Amino acid sequence: MALNASTLQVGEQRTEVLVENLSRTQIVMYAGASGDYNPVHTDEVFVTKVAGYPTVFAHGMLSMGMTGRVLTNWVGDGRLTRYGVRFVRQVWPGDSLTATATVTAVRTEDGVPLADFEVVTVNQDGDPVVSGYATARLDP
Amino acid sequence: MAIDRFPVEASHILMFARAIGETNPIYSDPDHAAASEVGGIVAPPTFVQASAQFDPDYFLRPKPGQTWFGSGKEPTGIVRQKSEGEGSGAAAGGLHAEQHYVYHRTPRAGDVLTGTTFPGKSWTKEGKRGGRLHFSESVTEYRDQNGELVVTATGVGVRTEKVIES
Repeated sequence: MALNASTLQVGEQRTEVLVENLSRTQIVMYAGASGDYNPVHTDEVFVTKVAGYPTVFAHGMLSMGMTGRVLTNWVGDGRLTRYGVRFVRQVWPGDSLTATATVTAVRTEDGVPLADFEVVTVNQDGDPVVSGYATARLDP
Repeated sequence: MAIDRFPVEASHILMFARAIGETNPIYSDPDHAAASEVGGIVAPPTFVQASAQFDPDYFLRPKPGQTWFGSGKEPTGIVRQKSEGEGSGAAAGGLHAEQHYVYHRTPRAGDVLTGTTFPGKSWTKEGKRGGRLHFSESVTEYRDQNGELVVTATGVGVRTEKVIES
């Protein structure tokens, strides 16, 4: 299911809904799986009374992990050579996130066909929460 | 930070994949994975972040017999001190600003990785809402059981002089 360099076009896009109404429980799942137990993500008493935020918020890495789905579901498994993001805005319980990946280049490096992507995840207000890039190996 | 042994295991990949809302069977179904192009269960792109589980000193995990800055019934009043030489990442009191991965190959179930972290660049920027922003990079190299580089991970942490509300 890999992409082909001969047919992939710059400007091609894929959009995927990552989550609707993000649950506090999913944030807890991510804390448990990743091992990042920073109480700002799961501890309402700490985050409101000590850290001074309105409520808990998702790990940036949860948003990045979810965003990766739009890439791997498109380019195939084990195909990424690079993936990076900036965390633009916090993600809160109840948020709904949608990711869009866009082909920015199709090229060859050391004989290997590659595609570069821009990836942006927005919340229910259309505001970006994660903004980044990726590169994937293609089939010829 | 050094991680001496980070075994990449199918059950951990399953948990991690569930947490990021994955339904791709490459992370959960050994038969599907065996018949696929990659030939077995592989790790999702951000999985190496879970190496924190195998860092004995990871500062964002409560440990028996040690104080924890998260609350019990009420806030504990414990202030977590950043220790000397600690990586930046999303440290308590700081936030995760950027994360970058270079995949030399895809980590697979069965790999046993090591992780070595060293500091990268640091810089300061005037923020619009948050006062002065202090950025610092930490770079972790994950190598496999043969000493080959698998993933290079670069995290950028940011500390602000006051809380940012988005």
